[in-house]
Parts: sequence; structure tokens; C-alpha cells
Amino acid sequence: MGQAHAHESNTKRIWIVFALLSAVTIVEVFLGIHKPLWLYKPELLSMNLLNWIFIILTIVKAYYIMWAFMHLEGEKNNFKTSIVGPLVFLILYLVFILLVEGNYVFDVFKTSHYKWIF
Amino acid sequence: MGATVTTTATNEKTWDGGNEPMGASYGKMMMWFFIVSDALTFSGFLAAYGFSRFKFIETWPIADEVFTHFPFLHGVDAPMYYVALMTFILIFSSVTMVLAVDAGHQLQKTKVAIYMLLTILGGLIFLGSQAWEWKNFIQGSHGAVETKGGSILQFVDKDGKRVALADFALHLPKERIQKESQLGIWFEKGETIASYSVEEVVEGFKANPSLLIRSEHLNSDKKKTVLTREESLARLKEATMVVEGANLKHNEYGHKLFANFFFFITGFHGFHVFSGVVINILIFFNVVLGTYEKRRSYEMVEKVGLYWHFVDLVWVFVFTFFYLV
Repeated sequence: MGQAHAHESNTKRIWIVFALLSAVTIVEVFLGIHKPLWLYKPELLSMNLLNWIFIILTIVKAYYIMWAFMHLEGEKNNFKTSIVGPLVFLILYLVFILLVEGNYVFDVFKTSHYKWIF
Repeated sequence: MGATVTTTATNEKTWDGGNEPMGASYGKMMMWFFIVSDALTFSGFLAAYGFSRFKFIETWPIADEVFTHFPFLHGVDAPMYYVALMTFILIFSSVTMVLAVDAGHQLQKTKVAIYMLLTILGGLIFLGSQAWEWKNFIQGSHGAVETKGGSILQFVDKDGKRVALADFALHLPKERIQKESQLGIWFEKGETIASYSVEEVVEGFKANPSLLIRSEHLNSDKKKTVLTREESLARLKEATMVVEGANLKHNEYGHKLFANFFFFITGFHGFHVFSGVVINILIFFNVVLGTYEKRRSYEMVEKVGLYWHFVDLVWVFVFTFFYLV
């Protein structure tokens, strides 16, 4: 903890971020309950647009929690990178592999002579 | 002091622990690296959920139809409102935590204590809500039957609204025995018998011409397919057991993997919340006893704060992938 920048209070920013997170959550819940068909039906990269919106909003929330609440914005750049870098790379890699594989298994089940659940 | 809070002032020599690589103290950096590894564990679980879901994309349950309860609103269909409330509680407890850290920077002991207490309270409310959510899921709402091939058949009326087994199943004059351990072979007890037998459900269905069966398959409007009366009657011949609620083997809402992942991921997250509450309580007592006041540093509050925010961060993802997507 650097002593130099520690003493000023930033309660105002905390409340602004809280308002922002709440607003994003309300939008998510609204979309989740109503599921407008014009967003729910079109697909992009084998996922519907609504899901993409949810994922982007979630990442926005994650960004604010990590940057403002966990105070990553006050850390040095190399520290930030050593935290965010591995997470972003490994998670994208894992999710890519598993979802492509899951999709493939779905196709195999669908076209095979055996039925798995009937 | 040197053992718990390292600052450059403690020791000038680079190789004697006075050095702070990347400008973060030892404790804070290790908390961050723990969080990174824990985040990868959670991503592993959520990615596995995604894998299973893509594998059974045409038959996966719709979360809106599973979690529809709200306290004191009996029988009212309230999809997601309760989880949204839980999300708010957790975000708000994150806010009080960050306020505690902020007050700690200014060495305001009373303020830190009050905010920590509010955070603990938020955590406890969240845990209670989760227990209630589990209870509803385990108990189930309407009941369904499972076929020989493992798929779930739910009962709906003409408007597509789900009908509970209790509303139509007949009571047949036939005795059903719960196998206790003293009746079984090798003292194994049998599975808990459901409120109705398959026969009672099937006869009740035949006697009610307005009832239809809803299958697990999603149609092109992303709704569950409702069968015609003839198809329903044919399908019901394959029924082998009555399912009420959800456990690790059977799930009245659809695919059993949905229940397995739900219990495992929200359970693991709940365990994190629980340990976070315990750690917060310990630090709260330290604050009240003046430990950090003597140290002239509230960095310990900041470290548990990081953990608490992480728990909130994970919930944001669990909320999206379990309830929204």
C-alpha cells in the first residue's frame, strides 16, 4: 500500500459505480424476463444476439468491480497485466475448446443411430 | 508490524523483504494471485456447464421456468426477481466493503467497524436466500414423469401452463410400500416413493381430456414443444417413474445435468460466501479490538475486501450463465 495516494477519500466514485452496476443489472433482468424475439432469434457465431448482450454486459460489470472496487486502477501496469492477462487468455482458450467440442458432440448425438435420451 | 504489513519504510534493503515487486505489498499480491487461481477454478466449472449445455442444446431447461418463486408471493409466477434481488444484496455488500476499506485509509475505526458489520449482514442474507432457493428447487413445484429413456414429461393445460400432479392424479386403491432399511436386501433402503404412482398419474391423465404433455424439446420459437393429445397418450406409455423436485439423479425441470451443475456451482460459490463471512467476522473483531489502529494500517481490511469483491465478481458470472443466458 503506497502511503502517498492512500489518504484521499473516493466515496463519491464508489456510489457512482454502484449506480452503474445496478443499472446494468436492471437492464439484464428486464431483457432476461421479456426476451424480445428480435434479439432472441438471430444468431451470431452459433449464439443468439441476446446472449451476446448478456455476456458483454457481464464483462462490463466485471470490469467495474475489478477496477473500482478491487482498486486495480490504482495498481502498476505490470501488476494489472499479470492478473488480467492469464485470466483472459486461459478462459478464452478453455471456453473456445469446450464449446466447439460440445457443439460437435451434439451433432454426433443428433446424427447417430443411437438415441441417448428419448 | 513487519510481519503483517510490509512497506518500503520497514526495511531498506532490496533482498531483505523491503522490496515491493510491482508496487504491491506481499499480502495483497498473494491475495490477488490466489484470486486468479480461484477464478480459473470457477471458469472451469462454468465452461464445463457450457460444454454440457451445447451438447444438449435442444433439450436444456429454461431457467426462467425453473426459478419462479418469491417469498410471500405464493403461486405468483415471478421469474428471476428473486435472483435479481440476491444479486443486488451481494453488490450492495460489496459497496459497504469498499466503503470500509476507504474509511480504513483514513484510519476511522468506528466507520470501518460499521461498514464491516453491514457487509457481514449482507453476506448472511445472501446465504439465507440461497438456502431458500435450493429448498424450492429440491422440493419442486409441479412434478413430472420420467420415461425409460431418461427424458422428462411435464403436464400442461390447454394454455400451456404447467399443471401439478396433485391436481389430476387419481388415488387408486393399491398399497405402496416405502422400503425401509430393515425390509431391504443388505439393509439398503429403497428410493423415497413419490406422492403418486405412475399408474395413478397415467389414469388421472386419461380421465382429464384437457391435459397435454410438454416435452423437453425446444421449438423454433425457443419454447418447449407441447404434444397433441394423441401423441401425449402414446408418449405416456413409456413413463417409468414419477419425479418431484430435483436431486442429483432426477430433475422434474428437465435434464439432470442442469440440477447437478446448479448444486455444484452455486454450492461452491455459496461455500466461498460462507468462508468470506467467517473471515470478515474475524477481521471485524480485530478492527473493534483496535489491532489495526495500533498498526496504523488497515491493509488487512483491504485484503479481505479483495476476497469479498471476488465472491461478488463470481456471482455476476454465475447469475449470467445460470439464469440469463
